[in-house]
Amino acid sequence: MSETDESAPSASTPVDDAATDDAQTDGDDAAGEAPADGSASETGLNEAMGSEADFPSGSDGERYAPLEVEGLRKEFGGIVAVDDVSFDVEEGTLTGLIGPNGAGKSTTFNLITGMLNPDEGAVRFNGEDVTGLQPHEVANRGLARTFQIARELEEMTVLENMMLAPKGQVGESLWRSIMPMTRGAVREQETEQLERVWEVLDFFEIDHLAQEYAGNLSGGQRKLLEMARALLTDPDVLLLDEPFAGVNPSLEKRLLEHVHELREQGYTFLIVEHDMDLIMNNCERVIVMHQGRILKDGTPTEIKESEEVIEAYLGGEV
Amino acid sequence: MSATDIRGRIEGLFERDVTLVLAVLGTLYLAYILAGVAFGYGLRGQLNSVANLTFYIGVFGMLALALNLHWGYTGLFNIGIVGFMGIGIYVTALVSKPPVAEGGAAQVGGFGLPLSVGIAAGVIAAGLFGLLVALPALRLRADYLAIVTVAFSEIVRFTMMSRTFQTFTVPDTIDLWLFTFDPTADTVGLGGGGGLILNYADPLEALLRSLFLWEPYLGVVAFVERNYIPNNPKPVIDGVAYGILLLVGVGLFYVLLSRTGKSPFGRVLKAIREDEDVANALGKDTDRFKLTAFVLGSALMGLGGILWYSSRGSITPPSFRPNITFFIWIALIIGGAGSNTGSFLGGAIFAGLLYEGPRYFKNLVETAFELGDAPRNFGEAMAGFASLDPMPFVLYTLDSVSQLRLVIMGVVLIWLMHNRPEGLLGHRKETASSVDLARPGTDEAPGKPAAADGGEER
Repeated sequence: MSETDESAPSASTPVDDAATDDAQTDGDDAAGEAPADGSASETGLNEAMGSEADFPSGSDGERYAPLEVEGLRKEFGGIVAVDDVSFDVEEGTLTGLIGPNGAGKSTTFNLITGMLNPDEGAVRFNGEDVTGLQPHEVANRGLARTFQIARELEEMTVLENMMLAPKGQVGESLWRSIMPMTRGAVREQETEQLERVWEVLDFFEIDHLAQEYAGNLSGGQRKLLEMARALLTDPDVLLLDEPFAGVNPSLEKRLLEHVHELREQGYTFLIVEHDMDLIMNNCERVIVMHQGRILKDGTPTEIKESEEVIEAYLGGEV
Repeated sequence: MSATDIRGRIEGLFERDVTLVLAVLGTLYLAYILAGVAFGYGLRGQLNSVANLTFYIGVFGMLALALNLHWGYTGLFNIGIVGFMGIGIYVTALVSKPPVAEGGAAQVGGFGLPLSVGIAAGVIAAGLFGLLVALPALRLRADYLAIVTVAFSEIVRFTMMSRTFQTFTVPDTIDLWLFTFDPTADTVGLGGGGGLILNYADPLEALLRSLFLWEPYLGVVAFVERNYIPNNPKPVIDGVAYGILLLVGVGLFYVLLSRTGKSPFGRVLKAIREDEDVANALGKDTDRFKLTAFVLGSALMGLGGILWYSSRGSITPPSFRPNITFFIWIALIIGGAGSNTGSFLGGAIFAGLLYEGPRYFKNLVETAFELGDAPRNFGEAMAGFASLDPMPFVLYTLDSVSQLRLVIMGVVLIWLMHNRPEGLLGHRKETASSVDLARPGTDEAPGKPAAADGGEER
């Protein structure tokens, strides 16, 4: 993991310029074509960034924020993992949450999604206080998450994985599933659901793997499946925990394209990531965490220029 | 889905599952009948032998299916199966035994309600105790659930033996809020160490009477008596009929559990088995699903217990030791956890080969070789080796075959764990969905090979 951290500063230098260019010509479609460093993975990112320019970058507080986090605090036996963390995620944006290992990113994720209960603070989702709710209750309100290490249901096929996700399945009631008079309705709903499942499989281009057991998929395919599955819960906001970790460049590009396409469709993303470049190039807003606290919250340009971020996160090398 | 499509699916199922089941059952029955021929059994003996085999195939098949819901589907490590079986049959006995009669053999009476009420009460009671065990225990990790369930089954057994619960005196009238009962029973209870005599109506007779088949059944018995078995064939035919009844029960268990498995409900259970956090993060209230599955499985285990012991005439606490639980586990492991067909096959193979098989093997060897008396103890058995004569040892081994049964089971289990941990059919998981998941509008065959894409290989 430290490799990523160390390689980030050196690699970020050319991109740094690109990001700065971007910010200067904010809102201009031409901005996407500005960088010409020509590295393989950049091309896809830039294409994506062209569309990103449709949105004003930075938090000007005018847009609706479905997810609001206020004063979150979590201690694990004397160690303060998350301390007074407040931010909001605006609708239709890609917000990045970065920070070195142990900064409290994953804990923050777990606090938001109900896997952990905060000691202090509140999480509001679509205006409703969801603090301390069970994970499934949070998920059913439209806040879907993926896991850092792709957690597939290995001995279930890709199709079963996908069919599991949709909300409000009548057949999840035991009696409806076994009684002859209600089973028809269950089958009907499953048939409808199946069409959507295949659409999403096509969208993520994993339809050829549909009958495969999830345990047989490669690491990257699992990430695709996990995102596809989360999408089927019909969420408003998707929390992605390191979706690009351990994914090769070409698949990373594909994943990013999918994320941008979905963002354009109106989905909101909060992404935890180690890879600085990736976040800086793709998110319109970046939150930097360090030692459990929020160090800086702003546009990629602001983050790049922030002395304290460079000091803390990049170890003062840049 | 068109009619031909459905028929095609049914035929596909027929090819795979039914053929396999029939092949295994056919082999088992053939082996038993051949062994019967070797023993020189007449028709009565053969029928007895077949009925006995069917009985054990039935009960182990049912209980393995119920356990498959807990372990194979939901990943709930229940090693207290025998406790739920015990609750089932004891409650049935309590409800359906007639009140104590003057001069009768039974020391402890029951409420004398019809057997159908008793069975329903037993099943419901087993389910409720399942709920009681599961409520606190499901929040624990899997291995702690195992400890809780095995402790529970021992608590049940010790309660059966306890003098405190041996007898109760029932008051003459019971006032319950709006209703007033006037039970005929005076003394009811669990009978303590002496157990209970199941002096209620014969379950087979009760069932056949309720179906208006009792008179035709007696007609069949009379017909057999006239033509095939001259003296008192009824117990033998009863045994065969009860075996058939159990197989019908297995069929019902199978249909119920297949439907449960092949549904969105079953899909969530599978997801819980694989990774509960993921299921939770996808908005599934996993506690509710685990509870429902546990209660349903426990109730079915209760029914399994009722069907196992109902025809026995009496029940005693030592019948409900944990070894029964582990027999059912072995059956499930042989068949393959996660597959309903596999569970039944595992039950059948366990019953035929491991549970009843060794005894038949011993009888077969003794019949074939006209062996002498076996040594009385291990010392005498080993003494033969001094004069290089292994026969005393062989005879002793053969004589102790019922004890050695456990050793054989252990060896089989170790072999399975090493060579086929997924069991007979564990590799072929039944798809958890009520509909065919192939792409709608195509006749795409399932199991298309996966092409490599940009993803890294693991």
